[in-house]
Amino acid sequence: MTDPKLRLHGVVKRFGTKLVLDHVDLDVSRGEVISLIGSSGSGKSTLLRCINLLEPTDDGVIELDGVDVAEPSLDADPIRRRIGMVFQSFNLFPHMTVLRNVTLGPRKVLGQSSREADTLARDLLGRIGLADKADEYPDRLSGGQQQRVAIVRALAMQPEIMLLDEITSALDPELVGEVLDLVRDLRTQGMTMLIATHEMEFAREISDRVCFLHAGRILEQGPPERLFTAPTEERTRAFLQRVLDLG
Amino acid sequence: MNPSGISRRQQFEKHQRRRSTVIATVSTVGAIALLVLLVPMIPGWDRVRASFLDGNTFRETFPKLPGRFWYDIQIFLICTPCILALGLLIAFARNVRSPALYPLRLFATLYTDVMRGVPMILWITIIGFGVPGLIQNRTWGKAVVWAGVALVVAYSAYVAEVFRAGIESVHESQRAAARSLGLSSRQTMVHIVLPQAVRRVVPALMNDMVSLQKDVALVSIVGPIEVLRQAGIAKAKFYNFTPYIGAAILFLCVSIPLTRLTDHLLARERRRMQGTAVR
Repeated sequence: MTDPKLRLHGVVKRFGTKLVLDHVDLDVSRGEVISLIGSSGSGKSTLLRCINLLEPTDDGVIELDGVDVAEPSLDADPIRRRIGMVFQSFNLFPHMTVLRNVTLGPRKVLGQSSREADTLARDLLGRIGLADKADEYPDRLSGGQQQRVAIVRALAMQPEIMLLDEITSALDPELVGEVLDLVRDLRTQGMTMLIATHEMEFAREISDRVCFLHAGRILEQGPPERLFTAPTEERTRAFLQRVLDLG
Repeated sequence: MNPSGISRRQQFEKHQRRRSTVIATVSTVGAIALLVLLVPMIPGWDRVRASFLDGNTFRETFPKLPGRFWYDIQIFLICTPCILALGLLIAFARNVRSPALYPLRLFATLYTDVMRGVPMILWITIIGFGVPGLIQNRTWGKAVVWAGVALVVAYSAYVAEVFRAGIESVHESQRAAARSLGLSSRQTMVHIVLPQAVRRVVPALMNDMVSLQKDVALVSIVGPIEVLRQAGIAKAKFYNFTPYIGAAILFLCVSIPLTRLTDHLLARERRRMQGTAVR
């Protein structure tokens, strides 16, 4: 077996006295797509933010290609550029055009020339059908378009892993599809992804593995067919019952 | 739809608008007429008019004022960029998190508190009169230079607080998005936080600049013959307050357009903030 792309071991995160991540272990192979499910507050978002080093972890190991990046004394900037992240609320930069949003990272972090970055960005935007929006400001775009730009912005950094944090939760239902289609494309291209989501149908379809989080622990994990049809844990069963009834 | 192509609603609103305009015009003209009629009936109005609004004195003294007022404008124009630059630096200093720079942060906090806690006229007196006494140099020993310095140090404290509020108003998620792209904290400040912060505080900064434009007259206490001092000289010569009214008119010529512009920018900013809701 090859070494995992990403390996979490005993990751602990506290907010004050509250234990948000309680010794999380997880191995992610290259090209694997993993969905994180669980109720709000179960630690899905915090886990993604910790992997991207946006939140410092209190304990445990986060290995990227065998290198522990959770080491507190480490400079986090070079690590973050290798990991793409997309947020629930898009977080596009409102004072920049779509094109500048996408080229900012490549220009300032990867040191690409403006022309080089522009060409790449326009190519990426063209692939998602937003070439004509390149010179618009984000507030002129629909939520679905904004979120697709946010995904492209992360992709422009040529990340090794993508972290998607409930990227359809802030969208009107009719806009969810276009965003999920883009995620399907990424899977086809072999992108390693960790996806926190409330879309159970989507998690089932796209994931190689699904992890159910409860109170900061991965309570149960397995291939989607197994986890969704025959969960072994009582809490998983109760959670699925609840969300599938609603859906 | 009727033949003229406007809906019933539009017709009604058009009628209403015309009616409002007529009422507003009539009541404004009425109010002005009342003022013109009533004010001269106030007891002692003749004496008030003679000492504040004397036409002869105005004609004699006003021509000298604009040139002196230009002196005030120059002080304003020189101080403004210095204030903005120093204010921004202090705002940064108040935001530093590195423990090695803690003294800087402490100093910046103390600075804004002390500078804002003392009346402007006192700073101008202390620095404008005090420092030149220590320096035996023709240029740098000038009181007016140090009065300008006093304006800069005091106003930069107010401006620093405006900048700081702007920086803090940029949502944490914007920083997170920038950092997740691999931008350093400095790059995040320069490319993401500052441009958004500055845009938001422009109206507040303009407010401070309107105040500054008026406070420049305080510099007169250290001696330069700017517009207030010139008006004072004229007052002493003519035993009449009309020159001060002339000076006031000059200040209004600058401050009213500035205030209007500020209000306009504020309104635009408010519309923009409401207009950017997630669609």
